[in-house]
Formats: sequence, C-alpha cells, structure tokens
Amino acid sequence: MLQSIPLEYYLIISAVIFIIGSIGVITRRNAIIIFMSIELMLNAVNLTLVSFSSFLGDVSGQIFVFFVMSVAAAEAAIGLAIILALFRSKQTIYVDEVNLLKW
Amino acid sequence: MSMEIIYGMPLFLIAALSVIVLLVDAFTGKNKAVAYYFSIISLLAVAVSAAISLNTNIPKSGFDTTITGNNITFGGYAAFFDIIFSLAGVMTIFASKPYMKREFKEYKEYYSLVMFAVAGMIMVSHANSMLMLFIGIELMSFSFYVLAGFIRTRITAVESSLKYFLLGSFASGFLVYGIAMIYGATGSMILPDILNKITTGNFDITYLKVGFALMLVGLAFKAAAFPFHQWAPDVYHGAPTVSTGFMSTAGKAAALIAFVIVAKSVLPVNISVESVTSGSLELSKFTDSARMVIAVISAITMLIGNISALVQKNVKRMLAYSSVAHAGYLLMGIVANNQDGWAGIMFYATAYLFMQIGSFVIVGIIEQNNERMNFDDYTGLRKNHPWIAALMAIFMFSLAGIPPFAGFPGKYMLFVAAVESGYTWLTIIAVISSVISMYFYIGLVLTMYFKDNENGLIITDISSAKIPLAISFVFVFLLGILPGSLIDLAKSLF
Repeated sequence: MLQSIPLEYYLIISAVIFIIGSIGVITRRNAIIIFMSIELMLNAVNLTLVSFSSFLGDVSGQIFVFFVMSVAAAEAAIGLAIILALFRSKQTIYVDEVNLLKW
Repeated sequence: MSMEIIYGMPLFLIAALSVIVLLVDAFTGKNKAVAYYFSIISLLAVAVSAAISLNTNIPKSGFDTTITGNNITFGGYAAFFDIIFSLAGVMTIFASKPYMKREFKEYKEYYSLVMFAVAGMIMVSHANSMLMLFIGIELMSFSFYVLAGFIRTRITAVESSLKYFLLGSFASGFLVYGIAMIYGATGSMILPDILNKITTGNFDITYLKVGFALMLVGLAFKAAAFPFHQWAPDVYHGAPTVSTGFMSTAGKAAALIAFVIVAKSVLPVNISVESVTSGSLELSKFTDSARMVIAVISAITMLIGNISALVQKNVKRMLAYSSVAHAGYLLMGIVANNQDGWAGIMFYATAYLFMQIGSFVIVGIIEQNNERMNFDDYTGLRKNHPWIAALMAIFMFSLAGIPPFAGFPGKYMLFVAAVESGYTWLTIIAVISSVISMYFYIGLVLTMYFKDNENGLIITDISSAKIPLAISFVFVFLLGILPGSLIDLAKSLF
C-alpha cells in the first residue's frame, strides 16, 4: 500500500516541515521555542531518511534515524541545561535580551 | 588478534578512556590530581597507539573488517589527525588547570569533556561513512557547547554557550538533511560506495546537488566560514580562553577534515573519460560549480575575517576573527580538490593548531577576571615578562605567515595548490588578505615591544601553562625551518 504514494510526496512534506522549523528558529525569540523548532527540523530529516530507506529497500537509512533520535535526546539535555544556566544568571530566556557580546 | 583491532586502537582507546575518566572523576572525590593525570596519560596513550598505525600501508581489499564493517578508515591521515587532536587535548588540559583555578574553580569534569571532544574529533577523522561522520561531529559539538559555558556564573560565558548551542544545532539540522539527500541520491551511507556510484553514473543528480548544498551549509558553519561565521567571534570571545583555544583550533581542524572526507567522495577528482554521457557531463559541471562556490566562500571568509580583525581593541576577539580568516585559507585546499590541496590542509591545520593554541594560552595567562584582554593591557609586556612577549611575538609572526615560522610553508602549500588547480584569483585575494592581517598581528607585537607603561602588568600564575607554550614553540619553530618531512608525510598519507 505504501508504494502507491510516490516518493516525492514524502520528500515535499518533509521539506515543508523543515522550512517551518527553520522559519521558527529565525523568527522566534524564546530560547525554548527556538529549540523546539530545531527538533522539528530534525524530525523532518528523519521522515526524509525513512522514506528514502523504504523506497531504496536499504535499511541503513532507518538505522541512521535511530542515531539522529538519540543525538536529539542528548541535544535536549545539553540545551535545557544551558537555558537553565542562562535563566539563573539573567532571569530571562529571550534571546534578544542576551546581547553582551558584540563587536 | 586481528589487525583491525590494532589499527582501530586509537578510536577504541579514546572511546573507552573518556568514559573511564568520568568514572575516575566520580570515585576520587576531592583528589583532583588523579583525574588530571589520568586524562593526560590516556590522551598520550591514544597518540602513541595512533603513531603505531601511522606509517602502515593498509590493504584496500582483503582486510578483515568484521567488527567495524566499512564504517571506519584505518591508518594514514586518520592516524595523523589522531595524534594532532590528542596533543591539542593534552595542551588544553595543561593550560586549563591554572586558568580554571584562578578564574572559577577547578572541576574535574572539564578534563572528561575535553576527552569527549577529542573522541568526537577522532571519530570524524576515522569516518568512512556518513553515520560516523555525523556522530563524530555531534559528539565534538556537544562537548564544545558545554566547554564554552563552563564558567556557568559568568554571564558572557553562558551567553556564548547559548549562542553556540542554538546556532550549532540549527546547522546540524542542515548537515543531517544534506546527509539524507545524498543518501537518497546514491542509496548508500558508506563513502567509498557513494564515490563509486557517482563515478559510474548510478545516482540522481538533483538530490545530490541539494544534498551537497545542505551539507556545505552545515560544514561551513562548523568551520566558521563566510555566511555562517557570525557566531564565531561572539562564542570565542565569551568562552573561557582555554576552551576557545581548543575549539578554534582542533575543532576547526576536525571540521576541515570532515570537509575533505565529504569532498573526496562527493566531488570526484577525475570522472572517467571513456563514458562521456550526458550524465557525466552534468556531473563535471556540478563539480566545477561546487568548487567555484567554495572558492567564493573561501575568498570572502578570509577578507571578512581579516578586515573585521583590523578594528578590534580586544586581543581575544582579534584572535577570534583571525581564526575565521584562517578557515578561509584552509578552504583553499578543498577548492584545489586534489592531493596537494588536502596535504596543504593537513600541514596548515597542524601549524595553525600549535600557533593559535599558543597565543590563546598566553591570552589566558594575562587575563584576569574576564579583564585585561585589550591591546592597551599588553603595553610594556617586554619589560616585565620578556619570555612571554617573545613567545607571543613568535606566534603572531607565524600567524601572519612570516618565515621562518610554521605559518609560512603552510600558506605556501595552500596557495600553490590553488594556483595549480587554476584558481589564481583566489590566491591573489589570499595574498592580499594576508597582507591586511600583518597590520594587526604586527600591531600587537609593536604594542608589546615599543610602547612603555609605568605600571606594566604582572603575571602571577603560569605553572603548568608553560608546557603547552613549550610544545607550541617547538612545533612552530620546527615546522617552520624543517617543513620537508611533514610535507612528504602529508602527501603520502592521502
């Protein structure tokens, strides 16, 4: 049944999700929401990998997805710790208020 | 025991030892010396095990790879970079003990984080598949995010860490999307397979173009090259100076070696002439335009890095911009896209690592409480601390590319490689931007030597930071006057 939907449809939807994620990173100011948008981008990539893997009949793409998911989990641990450290010293998580370093 | 275990030893050792350091740290309580010496000895052990496999010719076929599959390359350039990365880790650990004691507090986790970063870099240099490459780059970056914000009570450090983290994981998204598209184009994650499919025309050109463009974004970010360089000055300025020295040298070398590994398989050097089909014509057009894009990125990176460094008042930030410029020089080797270019990257990355770590260690010695980093603070350094001033002057001359120091033969190799592959205009821009860079490198030397200050600064605490300074000095000098042996080695390894 899966084969009846062409590969391009999966690729287009994951590209759209990826673009939504990147727009979120660029326009949002809350560090947590930026971080969630990055996770959205990684999930779009996972969709691409799985659909390629399925259409090529090759399993290595799906194995890669497991690694991407575990990397994303590690990323979440580090990211939330950094955001927490920021909040402790500055009482804000809005990235436009974090502007000590320039020129 | 199969040869695979011996040749793969640097990788297995660093993976095991970096976890063991964390355990040693947990079980030794208040005793900080054990974890410190343990991590130094483990990194040296990794370097020795890499040196064993450095000069061995590993047969391409008939080599038993039951444990690692095809995911790992052995020996050759990978072993060389293992040695370099372990040395960088050792130097960083030596320099960070007095720095961290003075500026913050000595936490043993710092040493295990440095080891994790080295493990990531070693994985990158050994990568033979997209999976290893991705895992290595991510392991390295995650350790860097934490190292950048290690002084967690200092607001600039936390800010730099946050910026690095958000932009770095954004770029990782692009990198992994690029990997997915290249996988879709060729149907394989193993790099030699990808190369094989591309040279035989068994791939999809559209997916390959999109995939390479996306990977270029991700890798250019990791190397701090032009459109994606803005994070570098902020992060390198805010992070603890010893971490900056590590991130801006070893991290850059690892990003460049990842670039080489990808370019080697995705941009084939010689496309088979006997089968000139429309597909291979299109492929050679793609390869040429990709190299042109990288050339433009490289040119703008070195110009923007050097011109922005001109106006800096802060030495640490000046060095950060100069590290952006050096990413531009290193990219010239990718543009050349042949053995000479890659050997040039290898030589210059080595030379750059020693001179830049050396100068950051000196900045770290002089700095106090996040102050004393401006050009004015360096006035009269010659009078109070002639040795430190002399070393800093040597590193500055080397960064500017003045013979007889290591920067000169490195730049020469890269420039020649670019000219020989037909990119003369890029070399002209590179020469112009090195001339621009003279202004601020020599300017710092002038400040140290010819401006006097009544109450010149007094450095109290050098202790173990002497060791990285000595190592950097020896290599900067040695590679400058006797570059031949390393050049030959570099050319034979690719």
